[in-house]
Amino acid sequence: MLLYATRRFGLALLILIVAVTVMFLMIRAVPGDPVQIMLGPRATPELQARLTAELALDQPIWKQLLIFYGNLMQGDLGIDVFSGRSVTAIVFEQLPHTLWLILGSIAWSATLGIALGAYAAAHPNTLIDRITAAISVSFVAAPAFVVALLSLLIFAVNLQWFPAIGAGEGFWGRLDHLVLPAFAIGLSWVGYIARLVRASMLEVMGESHIRTARAFGIHERRVVMVYALRIAILPVVTVIGVGMGFLLSSAVFAEIVFARPGLGKLVIDSITTRNYPIVMGSVLISTGLFVVSTALADLINAWLDPRARTAK
Amino acid sequence: MTDTLLEIDRLSVDYETARGDLKALRDISFDVRKGEIVGIVGESGCGKSTLISSILRLTAPNTRFRQGEVRFKGQDLLQLPERQMRNLRGADISIVFQDPMQTHNPVLSIGQQMVDIQHRSKASKAEKRARAAKMLGAVGIPDPEARLAQFPHEFSGGMRQRIAIAMALMSEPDLLIADEPTTALDATLEVQIIERLQELQQEFNCAILFISHHLGVIAELCDRVVVMYAGAVVESGDVREIFHDPKHPYTRRLIDCDPGHIKERARVLPTIPGEVPDLANLPGGCIFRDRCDQAMPRCASHVPPLIQLKDGHHAACWLNHKEAAE
Repeated sequence: MLLYATRRFGLALLILIVAVTVMFLMIRAVPGDPVQIMLGPRATPELQARLTAELALDQPIWKQLLIFYGNLMQGDLGIDVFSGRSVTAIVFEQLPHTLWLILGSIAWSATLGIALGAYAAAHPNTLIDRITAAISVSFVAAPAFVVALLSLLIFAVNLQWFPAIGAGEGFWGRLDHLVLPAFAIGLSWVGYIARLVRASMLEVMGESHIRTARAFGIHERRVVMVYALRIAILPVVTVIGVGMGFLLSSAVFAEIVFARPGLGKLVIDSITTRNYPIVMGSVLISTGLFVVSTALADLINAWLDPRARTAK
Repeated sequence: MTDTLLEIDRLSVDYETARGDLKALRDISFDVRKGEIVGIVGESGCGKSTLISSILRLTAPNTRFRQGEVRFKGQDLLQLPERQMRNLRGADISIVFQDPMQTHNPVLSIGQQMVDIQHRSKASKAEKRARAAKMLGAVGIPDPEARLAQFPHEFSGGMRQRIAIAMALMSEPDLLIADEPTTALDATLEVQIIERLQELQQEFNCAILFISHHLGVIAELCDRVVVMYAGAVVESGDVREIFHDPKHPYTRRLIDCDPGHIKERARVLPTIPGEVPDLANLPGGCIFRDRCDQAMPRCASHVPPLIQLKDGHHAACWLNHKEAAE
């Protein structure tokens, strides 16, 4: 298991390095001189030359990449063009808000989705199954930003059950502010996970070892909840791991609609003001988040499935 | 008879399909006595699997029991509430399935699964583990305590089937159903498993319903044999009787086709020409008629009844009726 974990994180690091390098080169390939954008059209040539040298933009591209990685190792993502603050500090200030939002969404949507899917699979082609299917499909079809706007309108403005904007203070305040955004971006995942679990469960329930468990008189509830679900959950874990990436992009909508601080809002704000170091920094952290979550999903799978552990 | 354990009495089972009812089992009757080994032999699709799942009542949702009874210790299993039926499974009636590679849960350790199936026992977890290890030892798994922590994929096919046998015998059942337990294994392992089954049968004194299409194994192991064809019993009786004096052409052909029986070098292995009739659309008369080289006009119009020829030897063929043969 330890060997597997080491290997998997080694792979994750490799993926991260490739992704960051590509991203670095892509940003450099974008036409336009970042120095001119930063300093504006009225800057003097001396000023431009000084900033170019400061940002090492006069160096060859491979040297720039090395400098970038050198800084990265020391946790230095550059300097915010406008405030002059460290990008690392700004990004890590916003990161927890997004992280809580994503984890909150995953937590409720996975719990409900797995329960619905397992229940539907245990009673295939019954009325309950059909109702679950209809609900799941409509959940999947609902775009996150529409759900965000509607839930804001209904639950925050009309019913006034939950606060409309911001991230709140203290544990309960934060939780209170988390409900609507997490609901909005998690809703389609409930449907998605429910469909996935149902399909996966039905497949597992048809396998011989389930018949064996039943032939030994093991209680049907235990057969479904332990013997089948433990296997049916494996693809769901992988999908959730990859889904973190999608949730990062849904989080952008939720953070804008609910005026929540967070990585998504930070990226949007920085792009509109062409604050490239912050864009670069937040995208890098998001990529890191994505790579880590897929690696974690694989590790959880290896923990749940002994076959995966010994496979490689 | 007081020593009868399992009686299958005129059992007919259909599968409801879009093409109409598939008559998977028709009028099956035979019995298994206490401590006896009964073999069931027949081609693929002859209804062996349907028969087993009907006994355990682990049937597909489209299964319909049309008539007959499955009596176990005098009690009709088909009428039993699900709860009571579940209490029999893995306790009084156990089963070893065909494919050892698929029969265990891949994500739970063998020990976990062997402890789980002792769910009716009040013993502590440590006692259950000890019992599981003892059973593994009894089927010849070396170092059983350590191997309890391992997962199914860490065992070979032969070992997995021995584990399956250990699990089935752990509750000391009265009836063990073995559904082609050696089909997925190679020949040397087959002998090992059969010998092990024989030893354990002596030790636990349970009855075995042994399903196979390997005649050699049936002849070796069983006391009595039931020959099935296309969902019906065509012949049944004492193993020696059946093998030395088969009374149904199908049984004869089956014995001729067994590779173990072929004495001369043959370029082409013998087969029974023709196909099994469509169970959704059965022809009238004898089901084996189209493939039988001794078919008579009568076979096309009248279904031959399963009649007793000698003590315990039954066959369903018009050739055994003097007046019909003439």
